[in-house]
Amino acid sequence: MKPTNIFDPNYFHKVVDCQWACPAHTPVPEYIRLIAQGRYTEAYMLNWDSNVFPGILGRTCDRPCEPACRRVRTEEKPVAICRLKRVAADHKGDISAYLPRVPSRKNGKRIALLGAGPASLAVARDLLPLGYEVHLFEKDPAGGGMMRSQIPAFRLPADVLEEEVDLILNMGVECHFNQEITSMKEMLAMDFDAYFVGTGAPRGRDLNLPGRQEVDQHISIGIDWLSSVAFGHTNSIAGDVIVMGGGNTAMDCCRTSKRLGANSVTVVVRSAFEVMKASDWEKEDAMSEGIPIVNNRPPKEFVHENGKLKGVIFGCVKPVKGEDGRLRYEPSGEPDVFLKADRILMAIGQENHCPWIERDVGIQFDKWDCPILDETTLQSTHPKVFFGGDSAFGPENIIWASAHAHQAAISIHLFCQGQDLKADRPPEGVNLLSTKMGIHEWSYDSEHDPAVRYLVPHADKKQALGNIKIEVELGFDRRLGAKEAQRCLNCDVQTVFTDRLCIECDACVDICPMDCISFTDNGEEDELRQRLTAPALTTEQDLYVSGPLATGRVMVKDEDVCLHCGLCAERCPTNAWDMQRSVVHLPQLGSYAG
Amino acid sequence: MTFVAKPRARHPLLPLNELNLTRRDYEGAVSTLCAGCGHDSVSAAIVQACAELSLPPHRFAKLSGIGCSSKTPSYFLDKSHGFNSVHGRMPSVATGANLANRALYCIGVSGDGDSASIGLGQFAHIVRRRINMLYIVDNNGTYGLTKGQFSATNDRGSTSKRGVPNLYEPIDLASMALQIGASFVGRSFSGDKRQLAPLIKAGLMHPGMAFLDVISPCVAFNNHNGSTKSFQYVREHSGKLMEADYIPQSAEINADYEPGSAEDLLMPDGSTLRLRKVDANYDVHDRIGALAHVQRCQDEGEVLTGLLYVDPDAADCHDILETVETPLNALTEEDLCPGSRELARLNDSFR
Ligand SMILES: Cc1cc2nc3c(=O)[nH]c(=O)nc-3n(C[C@H](O)[C@H](O)[C@H](O)COP(=O)(O)OP(=O)(O)OC[C@H]3O[C@@H](n4cnc5c(N)ncnc54)[C@H](O)[C@@H]3O)c2cc1C
Ligand SMILES: Cc1ncc(C[n+]2csc(CCOP(=O)(O)OP(=O)(O)O)c2C)c(N)n1
Ligand code: SF4
Ligand code: SF4
Ligand code: SF4
Ligand SMILES: [Mg+2]
Repeated sequence: MKPTNIFDPNYFHKVVDCQWACPAHTPVPEYIRLIAQGRYTEAYMLNWDSNVFPGILGRTCDRPCEPACRRVRTEEKPVAICRLKRVAADHKGDISAYLPRVPSRKNGKRIALLGAGPASLAVARDLLPLGYEVHLFEKDPAGGGMMRSQIPAFRLPADVLEEEVDLILNMGVECHFNQEITSMKEMLAMDFDAYFVGTGAPRGRDLNLPGRQEVDQHISIGIDWLSSVAFGHTNSIAGDVIVMGGGNTAMDCCRTSKRLGANSVTVVVRSAFEVMKASDWEKEDAMSEGIPIVNNRPPKEFVHENGKLKGVIFGCVKPVKGEDGRLRYEPSGEPDVFLKADRILMAIGQENHCPWIERDVGIQFDKWDCPILDETTLQSTHPKVFFGGDSAFGPENIIWASAHAHQAAISIHLFCQGQDLKADRPPEGVNLLSTKMGIHEWSYDSEHDPAVRYLVPHADKKQALGNIKIEVELGFDRRLGAKEAQRCLNCDVQTVFTDRLCIECDACVDICPMDCISFTDNGEEDELRQRLTAPALTTEQDLYVSGPLATGRVMVKDEDVCLHCGLCAERCPTNAWDMQRSVVHLPQLGSYAG
Repeated sequence: MTFVAKPRARHPLLPLNELNLTRRDYEGAVSTLCAGCGHDSVSAAIVQACAELSLPPHRFAKLSGIGCSSKTPSYFLDKSHGFNSVHGRMPSVATGANLANRALYCIGVSGDGDSASIGLGQFAHIVRRRINMLYIVDNNGTYGLTKGQFSATNDRGSTSKRGVPNLYEPIDLASMALQIGASFVGRSFSGDKRQLAPLIKAGLMHPGMAFLDVISPCVAFNNHNGSTKSFQYVREHSGKLMEADYIPQSAEINADYEPGSAEDLLMPDGSTLRLRKVDANYDVHDRIGALAHVQRCQDEGEVLTGLLYVDPDAADCHDILETVETPLNALTEEDLCPGSRELARLNDSFR
């Protein structure tokens, strides 16, 4: 193998599994260290800089970082990254001094943001400090998009949402609320310098089964029903409720129903429990609130008496693992089942839907009705029009909306400055800073904490189920937060190897608790992976390979399960190993961190 | 010295041995030796060897004298018995331990100062008495613990860190061991665990006095240009005689070597010691030939490593003294005091 180029910004970035997995690449270990030091405000701002909605995300994020966390590979349970984000938000002080200044003299360019969801809001935040005049158009009376209309208050309290939405609106956004956009042509005629479409994926899917038309009155589309709850148009639900679907919308529908007075609530899913789209913690929360989840039951028919819904007939299937490892479903042989129901909430998915974009304005769509976009720049086939969030590639989540927004903002800026969207895109970079302070002192807490993941306290269940506004998760207090923070392995403090200093004494090999380090003859990667101190079988994790050493061998480090404990560097007599903090620089506009 | 304890966390694929233990279960406290000290690698090789042999950690007796090397028993097998004795006196304590309880695996770790200077007399006599043990000397050519004086194994002309040459002839402990009765003699290098760990395994399983001279560089006081016990010097001047593979009784033995280049030795416990020779003509059972070869190589400035000599059938001290099979410490008062009638009978036999 060739020697590893550690100055490639991606190399050490990948070692920071959580940051790499985060769509917005939030510098997770750095903010966790700040929390450990009690510097909540700084931890909050580091988050705000990269993901824009730390208080909201600290409660609701889909957390792609957590399954990626190194702790999953070294033991089992990841660091509670998301809940620590909330610790920063809950305990922060005054942030005003850290906020970017928005110039009063504008730069002369006007930008239209369509839809006031997280994607548009984040674009606004990135563009405003550069002097852009930003206009926001939204059909609802307030900003926040689905964060307001869909996510129930028992998961995301209104004040937390409003604080972070208002922070951006108060930076000087020209808001046009209660304005439904009905024609893109009209928008383009207003001659903004650029347009960002952040209108989401607003159409909930329906199921056309026998009886569907007749029982129309008793069926609601999940997301429409949730938004009518959020805006106060609906405040009760009666009788026996069936929620159809296995995603997060289904979980929010069933838990909301339970709180609004349903006699019984059952979630029925056509597929197996393990492959349900809902996050594990949402399933757990629903079940712990006493809501049964019935799996492997595809619906067949709505049963009614003169238009009065009686229930639903479901078929019975069993999952079979195909040769490709994916599940297929076969009839299980059991007879169909009938479940009684007075109301049905249909939560089987969302779609992109922009009927208001005329198909002759130069914006092309693919066969799934998604706009055709450049994946890096998010520019559509109309050069002035950019997309982001759920409207771009279909329904995702808030953190993806933020990530898109940063890229779209860069593109809009380059476009307005007449620069090339690709060639002139600012590059990524990496800085390496030694953490050595003394012979055995490092500027990070290197000692490995074997503690298992701490449980987050919950509100009293009876009270929570009686009031939709009572937040279920209470969050870590400072003490628990500090303890959980200690579990972070500091994966951004890298083991950096200098081959010309190594005397091949083996001290690092002997001390390494995880058998990461080998000195061996070089070879092809596949073969080399088999003959290291411990076989390196996680091929997604890189091997760090040095140049040739005095004996002709090379140092090979398997990054997979390294604890970043620094013992290799402590035991190295020549400083051939050093623990260096890697700071990945990802281009972003208006970054407070500079 | 490291203050942080080594984390208990381990690689998820770390193998379990026959006792369901991992290598980590054979470790000791975190070393307080200088970072990079060769002695730590020897300890790591002992850990590896004992784990791979699936020996129960609590059946070991670790004996040592004084010196950095003699501190190392603290850094392996922390669930075993140990005695850190006085300077140069490890052999006396080891002799006592082995005579009292022949069922324990005895590992003595000593230094070149501990064994070739102050303890030379003790060394000579324990070898001569063929105590059943593995006697390892971590040989760095210096008194590491007392800050780098020349030891008795330091080569003539080799210089101190400040450039002063050593004026005296070196003692070669491996040659001495060959001469006075060790039935297993090897030499290795701390920087070559692939060779060292199998030699340790074979030495542990050898029934009798197994002596290993392990060149183990002192990074603090004897790893400079001018030293003949530095990492660089040893790597540049080492001549490999052979590599040993220890094949336990349970494992399958396959023969995939050139004729003459390897030799399988059956050990008394049913295991096999396979020697892969670099020089097909070398006879590992010829004690006098071995002695001559070692001396010649030394004269030519070559550091000869590998198994130098082995006699698996030689008697050990218990055989010579014809002691009972039961460890002496397990004998009861009844066994030890057969009564006045027996005493009278014995006295009569001398009349
Ligand atoms: C029930 C439910 C629960 C969810 N829970 C989570 C969660 O816990 N965590 C998470 O990360 N994600 C969650 N999501 C997904 C998340 O809400 C979205 O991915 C995210 O809000 C998308 O952001 P966006 O800015 O692209 O669009 P949206 O948030 O959808 O915002 C689009 C905005 O555009 C407006 N708009 C649309 N069309 C027009 C028009 N023609 N004229 C004017 N305005 C218009 C809409 O009113 C809306 O305000 C959930 C989604 C649902 C349905
Ligand atoms: C009776 C006695 N004399 C002298 C000393 C001082 N002393 C301590 S260690 C040592 C030399 C150790 O050298 P070696 O055995 O080679 O061990 P190393 O530290 O090199 O591993 C000496 C002379 C002592 N502790 N006791
Ligand atoms: S930091 Fe060094 S010693 Fe610690 S686990 Fe990683 S490679 Fe091993
Ligand atoms: S401890 Fe340092 S000098 Fe020794 S082998 Fe490891 S990197 Fe090389
Ligand atoms: S002084 Fe030399 S022998 Fe002693 S611990 Fe340090 S390096 Fe090892
Ligand atoms: Mg010494």
